[in-house]
Amino acid sequence: MSIIEVKDLCFTYGIKTPFEKKAVDSLNLSINEGEIIGLIGHTGSGKSTFVQMLNGLIRPTSGQVFLNGEDIWAKPKEIRKIRFKVGMVFQYPEYQLFDETVYDDIAFGPKNMGLSGEKIDATVKKAAKFSGLSEKLLKKSPFDLSGGEKRRAAIAGVIAMDPDVLVLDEPTAGLDPKGKSLLLSQINSYHRERNNTVIIVSHSMEDIAQIADRVLVMNKGRLEMFDTPKKIFAQAEKLESMGLRVPQITKIMISLKEKGYDVSDGVLTVEQAFCEIVSLLKKEGKI
Amino acid sequence: MIRDVALGQYMPGKGIVHKADPRLKILVLIAFIVLIFCSFNFAALGVVTAAVAVVIALSDIPLKYYFKSLKVIIFIVVITSVINMFYGTGEPIFRFWILKITMSGIYRAIFVTVRIILLILVSSCLTFTTSPTDLTDAIERLMKPLKFFHVKVHEIAMMMTIALRFVPTLLEETDKIMSAQKARGADMESGGLIKKVRALTPILIPLFVSAFRRAYELAMAMECRCYQGGDGRTRMKSLHLQKHDFFCILFTAAILAGVVLCDVFIAAAI
Ligand SMILES: Nc1ncnc2c1ncn2[C@@H]1O[C@H](COP(=O)(O)OP(=O)(O)OP(=O)(O)O)[C@@H](O)[C@H]1O
Ligand SMILES: [Mg+2]
Repeated sequence: MSIIEVKDLCFTYGIKTPFEKKAVDSLNLSINEGEIIGLIGHTGSGKSTFVQMLNGLIRPTSGQVFLNGEDIWAKPKEIRKIRFKVGMVFQYPEYQLFDETVYDDIAFGPKNMGLSGEKIDATVKKAAKFSGLSEKLLKKSPFDLSGGEKRRAAIAGVIAMDPDVLVLDEPTAGLDPKGKSLLLSQINSYHRERNNTVIIVSHSMEDIAQIADRVLVMNKGRLEMFDTPKKIFAQAEKLESMGLRVPQITKIMISLKEKGYDVSDGVLTVEQAFCEIVSLLKKEGKI
Repeated sequence: MIRDVALGQYMPGKGIVHKADPRLKILVLIAFIVLIFCSFNFAALGVVTAAVAVVIALSDIPLKYYFKSLKVIIFIVVITSVINMFYGTGEPIFRFWILKITMSGIYRAIFVTVRIILLILVSSCLTFTTSPTDLTDAIERLMKPLKFFHVKVHEIAMMMTIALRFVPTLLEETDKIMSAQKARGADMESGGLIKKVRALTPILIPLFVSAFRRAYELAMAMECRCYQGGDGRTRMKSLHLQKHDFFCILFTAAILAGVVLCDVFIAAAI
């Protein structure tokens, strides 16, 4: 069943000024419940603008967003309710931490939802665990954390609202490789436990290939492709024409194939590539 | 959104007013302000108005931006001119209760209105055609004589430049933080005054933190490039008066002469 549906969605910044800029242009798509969607597109292609329309932070210039079949702007006064259902983690979310302790900061969302004391405590602890924050850190001031810990705290602040749809705008930007893969696997395990819908915006094709069920490609505000990672990353040339690329390992396998080796071209991770190569070598009797 | 408020914003261009030396532009602006207030009869006022019209025509900025800046003060103009109308002396031509309108009152109102409009137009022209950095640069140089009285001219100018530079950045940041807190259900519209003020903390604290962080980073970056104040500092862009600047000076001198002659030889209207 589709949880989010988008019809003819458009957004223009600075409308009726000399700086008018169409950021999102007639988008039509639907996202199923329980999917992990990867959203890619080069800088300025309208990804952030698009995801901010999903939870009603910005109102579409035209077109509609449906959540569970209902137009989210049907009752503009109750738009806050939508924001609890569609949780949004911004690009560089660590700069929005403000409370005295990490605990209080994570509790900000649940408090706004009107939860009672005990429930808040439970959700905060759970959210902290999901995003890999130790209990000890909860008592610290958010400004005393390291960059990566701040990022986790900020993500926990959104997870604490227990949203049906979790949107993450470049969650791994600026993290070290280990922190990156840890964060991704935590998002993945959170997704498996909660079985909710996740939308991840990323510039890292490797991350997307690893985690996404379906990939959404945006180019100049328009929807260019929307398919499984395997099918998307098999179209290396088309991606490159849009300023994107395929994961490194996919590229290697494609060039191996061009050289005449019998491997498939839809390989997305190093593990898959390893299996492919081993079976090829076995077939040729080299090992 | 918040970003749309910038009035009198610099607009790049290639006209003669854009090219003129910013120091000269500031001095000419001061000259114009003095002239606007020293025009005591219609002939003098006419000369100044014509001069402002010429400057605007040369400025390479669409007229609608001038109208926009006038729109903001239209209220003040109406109020002051109406009040002035009742302040005249002499034979009343219209009487209502204790209020009386005289010919001199009407003259006064006309002068005040025209003066305010001209003031706004010339100063808008300066900010439209001069980038903030050029402007502070010019102010620094014009204030140089104050060094004699131990005024830290360079430091003041540097602070002005930095402050101007960070206005758009901080506005953008406020926008972002507001969105992020709204995404966590922050409610900024409903509730009484106290609730509204309290709702600002989640925005102000990150904003201050980031402003301080930026200040530290900027200070560090400046020190890494060996900045140590104004002493012995040379300039990348040194300003020299050019041919068109002399035309500016001539033009201003002509207007000055015109206004003085009008004032001297024609009787004052107010
Ligand atoms: N607040 C704003 N005001 C005016 N224009 C904006 C604003 N925010 C974004 N834009 C413009 O809209 C377009 C889309 O921006 P958006 O932030 O959605 O891109 P993005 O795909 O998220 O890019 P990135 O990968 O760099 O985050 C860009 O061309 C940008 O210049
Ligand atoms: Mg973005």
